[in-house]
Amino acid sequence: MSEFSLLDMYRKMLLIRRFEERCNELYMQGRIPSTLHLYIGQEAVAVGACAPLTDADYLFSTHRPHGHALAKGVSPRSIMAELFAKVTGCCKGKGGSMHVGDMRVGMFPAVAIVGANIPLAAGAALAAKRLNDGRVTACFFGDGAANEGAFHEGLNMAAIWKLPVVYFCENNLYAASTPFSTAFNIKQVADRAASYGIPGIVVDGYDVESVAEVAEEAYNRARRGDGPTLVECMTYRLCGHSRSDPRTYRTKEEEAEWQARDVIPTTASRLLDRGLATQERIDQFEAEVKAEIDDAVQFAEESPYPEPHELMEDIFAPEAAL
Amino acid sequence: MSQMSIAQALRQAIREEMLRDERVYCIGEDIGVPGGFGGAFTVTLGLSDEFGRERILDTPISEIGLAGVAIGSACAGMRPIADVQYGDFLFCMMDQLANQAAKMRYMSGGTIKVPMVMRAPVGSTSRGAQHAQSLEAFFTHIPGLKVVAPATAYDAKGLLKAAVRDDNPVIVFEHKLLYGSKGPRSERGALSPIGEVPDDDYIVPIGKGIIRRKGKDVTIVGKLLTLYRALGAADELAKEGIEAEVIDPRTLVPLDKDLILESVRKTGRLVIVEEDNLTGGWAGDIAAIVAEEAFYWLDTPIKRLSAPDAPAPFAPVLEQLYVPSVANVVQAVKSLF
Ligand SMILES: Cc1ncc(C[n+]2csc(CCOP(=O)(O)OP(=O)(O)O)c2C)c(N)n1
Ligand SMILES: [Mg+2]
Repeated sequence: MSEFSLLDMYRKMLLIRRFEERCNELYMQGRIPSTLHLYIGQEAVAVGACAPLTDADYLFSTHRPHGHALAKGVSPRSIMAELFAKVTGCCKGKGGSMHVGDMRVGMFPAVAIVGANIPLAAGAALAAKRLNDGRVTACFFGDGAANEGAFHEGLNMAAIWKLPVVYFCENNLYAASTPFSTAFNIKQVADRAASYGIPGIVVDGYDVESVAEVAEEAYNRARRGDGPTLVECMTYRLCGHSRSDPRTYRTKEEEAEWQARDVIPTTASRLLDRGLATQERIDQFEAEVKAEIDDAVQFAEESPYPEPHELMEDIFAPEAAL
Repeated sequence: MSQMSIAQALRQAIREEMLRDERVYCIGEDIGVPGGFGGAFTVTLGLSDEFGRERILDTPISEIGLAGVAIGSACAGMRPIADVQYGDFLFCMMDQLANQAAKMRYMSGGTIKVPMVMRAPVGSTSRGAQHAQSLEAFFTHIPGLKVVAPATAYDAKGLLKAAVRDDNPVIVFEHKLLYGSKGPRSERGALSPIGEVPDDDYIVPIGKGIIRRKGKDVTIVGKLLTLYRALGAADELAKEGIEAEVIDPRTLVPLDKDLILESVRKTGRLVIVEEDNLTGGWAGDIAAIVAEEAFYWLDTPIKRLSAPDAPAPFAPVLEQLYVPSVANVVQAVKSLF
């Protein structure tokens, strides 16, 4: 088991948190168009799950992708510029919040059709296996996605062909407004792994070290050729589903319980308790992260919008030499 | 009479139909959750308080299941009003709609009825390529499905009621920028027409179009959002002495083609405006019908004005170029003179 630096993981989680908070502000000010699905509260899942990965490994994400993108190493500048609909964005302003990704660090454009990324991830893993290029694929999706037919088909094929893919179900207890208990007749999504004959593991998604540990073991299994794992990360969004969601479908008490376990302060305390960081170091992280985000916003603001000709470009790949 | 938005008119239609007929129920994602959204565009807001969770039935995120349950229950005596959050997810349920609902009656030698309604929001609203498509043409292409596209509050109520009472599967396309959803679910750049709606029962018959503006110089056919683009253009054109006749087909299948043909025989010019992509689109079909049946009355070539053959872009600057504008319609019309 590798030691993932808790300090590094904390810094990544902090970056995601502050990035998302800034996005929300910018959205409220009308400087970011469209809608946003923020990752606030779930940072430990993306950061823990991505800690063992390299740029060569693949990642598939969802309508809530900013956290996955930052954890995988997509630059804050290019994500912010994308949200601003600028041509310097990671999708040239053509994708938007729900499709951020950057193949230079192995992240496919995020998929906004719930569950559709699950068979795609199996496909990328099939290619990695056939091409023998050693890549492993991480696929993120929500609890809601586990009720799509695509979940069943994707996991089953990954299982029968022992594909090198790890499925991370981020169970944040709600699919939009729909509570988990009204959409499932079982207690855990991970229970479904049994029907594919693969390991199903439930992990505390509010503990970045636990997530990283389980993830690494699952990737090792995948790389060994032993097939996929379904990792269910129990988590909670400390924000609305999308834009100005009043969250009246859940209770303030429930929110308070999770808020009390918020990964940012609890991980900071853990660093202090273990003597891995001083308060000064933690404060310094805040300042560094703020500077990084300020820079991203400035970059986004100063970047140009796509030119009209962009509309009709990137529809087909250029003619291949036959 | 009350003044109301399309979202309100649809809600009233659903409510009245549910009161009228026990067999009518709604099925969809996030449509009735207490404290929830009342569907992606608030159409079913409050209905679960009145009718209970069984008749405003929330499903897991399972589009194949949702469509299949709606269709199966319709075959077996219920009258479902199904809801897909964004029209784009119709693709997820395509087998159920295209291979099952549409063909059930034919395959059974006319023994089965499928009185199902599927409501689907379409249109580009800066959410990127997977939440923007106008899918009408895919469905007009499938025999066995009726397709309606109300653009006013009056038609929304009347057509939805007609759809619920129809014994065939009916796809109801609604436009995101026309709903008039309020508060957090409102849309930037929305037109949200408010219209007069009778408080009592009425239907708008499926298969009947309407002339929204009379004119003698050119016929413009537009539906949903592009109807308003056409009407805006007609205002502009009138200032320059061109009198455009604007037709809202309201129903796409079965099409009120005589209304369009008659108009073209009068004006001699035809522009069709829609938000779907050009190739294989609905505009091409209208053009073909007119070319076949009113060719000798045409003074100029027919003009199709659609979104170009590209996925919907996220960037608002590109989206503005993508969806036909009033100025585009004006220009298209002028190119015929
Ligand atoms: C196929 C499909 N159906 C419905 C939606 C609309 N939608 C977007 S996010 C969402 C909820 C997703 O819930 P979950 O998978 O638990 O992810 P979370 O939002 O909680 O991260 C829904 C219903 C969609 N994008 N795609
Ligand atoms: Mg969820």
